Amino acid sequence: MGALLEINNLNVHFALADGDVHAVKDANLVIHEGECLGVVGESGSGKSQLFLAAFGLLAANGRATGSVRYRGDEILGASPRKLNTLRGGAVTMIFQDPLTSLTPHMKVGAQIAEALMLHRNIPRAAARQKAREMLDYVRIPESARRLNQYPHELSGGMRQRVMIAMATITGPDLIIADEPTTALDVTVQAQILEILRALKTDRKTAIAMVSHDMGVIAGLADRVQVMRFGQIVESGTADEIFYAPQADYTRMLLDAIPKADETPAPSGKVGAPLLTVDDLKVSFPVKDGVFGKTRELRAVDGISFTLHQGETLGVVGESGCGKSTLARAVLQLLPKTGGPKNSGKVVWLGRDLDAATGSDIRKLREDFQIVFQDPLASLDPRMPVGVSIAEPLKSLEPQLSRQVLRDRVQTMMQRVDLDPAWINRYPHELSGGQNQRVGLARAMIVGPKMLVCDEAVSALDVSIQAQIVDLIRDLQAQSQLALIFISHDLSVVRRLSHRVMVLYLGRVVELAPSAALYTDPHHPYTRALLSAVLSPDPRAERAKKRELLTGDLPSPLDPRAQLTFLKSRQNEPDYRPKLEQVATDHWVAEHD
Amino acid sequence: MIATGQTLKAVEEVKGRSLWVDARRRLVQNRAAMTSIVILGVVALLALLAPLLSPFAYDEVNYDIIACAPNWWPAEASCRAAGHIFGTDAVGRDLFVRVLFGARVSLAVGLVATLVSLMIGVMYGATAGYLGGRTDTLMMRLVDVLYSLPFVFFVIILMVIFDRNFILLFVAIGAVEWLTMARIVRGQTLSIKQKEFIEAARAGGVSPLAIITRHVIPNVVGPVMVYVTLTVPGVILTESFLSFLGLGIQEPLTSWGVLISDGADQMETAPWMLLFPALFMAVTLFCFNFVGDGLRDALDPKDR
Repeated sequence: MGALLEINNLNVHFALADGDVHAVKDANLVIHEGECLGVVGESGSGKSQLFLAAFGLLAANGRATGSVRYRGDEILGASPRKLNTLRGGAVTMIFQDPLTSLTPHMKVGAQIAEALMLHRNIPRAAARQKAREMLDYVRIPESARRLNQYPHELSGGMRQRVMIAMATITGPDLIIADEPTTALDVTVQAQILEILRALKTDRKTAIAMVSHDMGVIAGLADRVQVMRFGQIVESGTADEIFYAPQADYTRMLLDAIPKADETPAPSGKVGAPLLTVDDLKVSFPVKDGVFGKTRELRAVDGISFTLHQGETLGVVGESGCGKSTLARAVLQLLPKTGGPKNSGKVVWLGRDLDAATGSDIRKLREDFQIVFQDPLASLDPRMPVGVSIAEPLKSLEPQLSRQVLRDRVQTMMQRVDLDPAWINRYPHELSGGQNQRVGLARAMIVGPKMLVCDEAVSALDVSIQAQIVDLIRDLQAQSQLALIFISHDLSVVRRLSHRVMVLYLGRVVELAPSAALYTDPHHPYTRALLSAVLSPDPRAERAKKRELLTGDLPSPLDPRAQLTFLKSRQNEPDYRPKLEQVATDHWVAEHD
Repeated sequence: MIATGQTLKAVEEVKGRSLWVDARRRLVQNRAAMTSIVILGVVALLALLAPLLSPFAYDEVNYDIIACAPNWWPAEASCRAAGHIFGTDAVGRDLFVRVLFGARVSLAVGLVATLVSLMIGVMYGATAGYLGGRTDTLMMRLVDVLYSLPFVFFVIILMVIFDRNFILLFVAIGAVEWLTMARIVRGQTLSIKQKEFIEAARAGGVSPLAIITRHVIPNVVGPVMVYVTLTVPGVILTESFLSFLGLGIQEPLTSWGVLISDGADQMETAPWMLLFPALFMAVTLFCFNFVGDGLRDALDPKDR
């Protein structure tokens, strides 16, 4: 195995208005032929810039020094012409967001074929044929039809597969995959990783896997390098890094990952029922063109559950399963008119919320609050965080004096471990984790009885994620808070939840006490979700047999989508699988 | 990061600041904006004190010194008028006092009409955009209807109904300028409405009116400020156009627009008649631009 890529003493600087930023410091790495190198680090560790710099793709204000050799050839500072023949030919890249990396106005087939025509001088017809074979290789169903579709017509997982097809079609020696699965659902992530694994074994392609997720790296990488603040803090074989980490930072990263098989520790007693949701349905009208027919997209299609005081209900499902819509419907945040259609009942402490008027619900908001996914987007960029935290209190208890407001804001900030002197900071001056604490403080300041966390930790780095989860647990223990914890990440949900509800296309497929669901899942979808969870354990990951779902989630517009797991009833499109009790508190939807 | 009781005591004196307090501080730090505000203040003061600053009245005609250059005029001139520091116009009136009287009209029209259009437009656009649905459609169709009325025709009708009147000028111009503002603000509001922090505010029990004033409007400030700095000169020019048609300011009263269009006719023989009003107007508009930029930057906490 010769060295394919050798990076020596690479330094990357960015010239910014307030001084130089040293993004990568003296990085050294080697990638051998046919091997997979994992580069792990949290956001801002310089892991992406390292590879962008190596292939001359830095932003205009960036500067790279050092040495980068490709097959012994120095390429740092090489002519754009030379780099262009290399990039896309022998070295290709896959980025995080497949939608922005594909040209929106070009058909998928033409985009894939383009690379081949440019780099390998292959005529159009042959290139198209090759493109189709490639789509088959990355397991895109109906490849012939997909060639003539535009990127926006494909789902996220499908687009990422197109990206992989583009990156593989020229037969590269090295693929640089920069967070290729971060934006995807777990089951789709498992499929993509499977394809990358196949590339490595069948085609002997070297892969540089850049990720913040130790789990993604574990199953794929032969060697791992850990980066922090632009420096490589540790490197070694996957087994060394995962089983005998040397650097404190590596150990911290590994400890922060919630283990999927960790015993759940939801503390506190479960009290009286607070919230009852009965056969809730929400559907959005979807119009085909201006004069087209209006169809119904059933985002939530008959969900019932009860939430008790001090209890955490985990809600798990992939994107499009209606978990966010469910949260908004429960919190009465959906527009009353002109938007979605609502039916079913949401009862809060014996009171039917659908019958309540707008101003009544505003008063009730003291009881239920929400924390959002994106900490930065959920704070007004033009409002100091102190004002943001005070806002619900100011609206719900307008009689409070300025002094009292400020005291309560500062007390609350202490409770979420924020420096109370920061009331005048703006959200962009705080980190993601700190902003999420602000979001939590804003939700908790009115002393709610129920808190909905809508993917509240998904956008955060693992180490921060663990802190926020602990904080939420503390807050719950202090005030008998009921929690609805929505996430696509099963291991985080397990850490917090008493009961877990698995959603599939707007319906509950399994609802069970946390321990039962994770150790004894009944529904095939739950099983697929669980087997797609990655653990930071390379040996287990390599040995694991996965129950992969094939293809994507069916469109919720398709009336038969609900019957994916009940094929025997597919000729009755209106049939909905019923929940059956299999054990105490353990409900499973009918399936074949 | 973890706050202890001690640090709380130490920071007890930290006063909560709002966006507006911060914005004022940042505006004061912006040298170009502050200089511009001072210059605008001087121009406004000159305009107010005009009668005291000159021995001549703005309508005092002197046929002996028609289109004379000021004494200090460096180039050749057919005649020079002592005491008239900006020279005289085509009927021998003092140009200095006329420029200052013109400033009264132009500044008043420019500022009042812009402010009127700003307030109506922002409130109207933000409300339509935020409420959305049928209300939005109805409100914006009304804007479309008003848009389609020919401007001059609209002014003539107003003049006929209410008689010619200085106030009408504000009404007429304001009534047209707010339409564009409303459209811009509505578009911005539609995109801001989708943001998560608006939903967060709703979840926090904030009333729709408070959401519009506290969250939507501060966040549309950027594009609005840019448009305002474009509106002020636009309005001043519209006024001169109306005056030219005989629908605006009447002789012997004047405005910068009128002075400039008169001066432009005599540009070759008496360039000072164009130069002085044009200079005043250019400086004023520059200042408005700097103040607008300054305000926009001051209201954006990300921009430091």
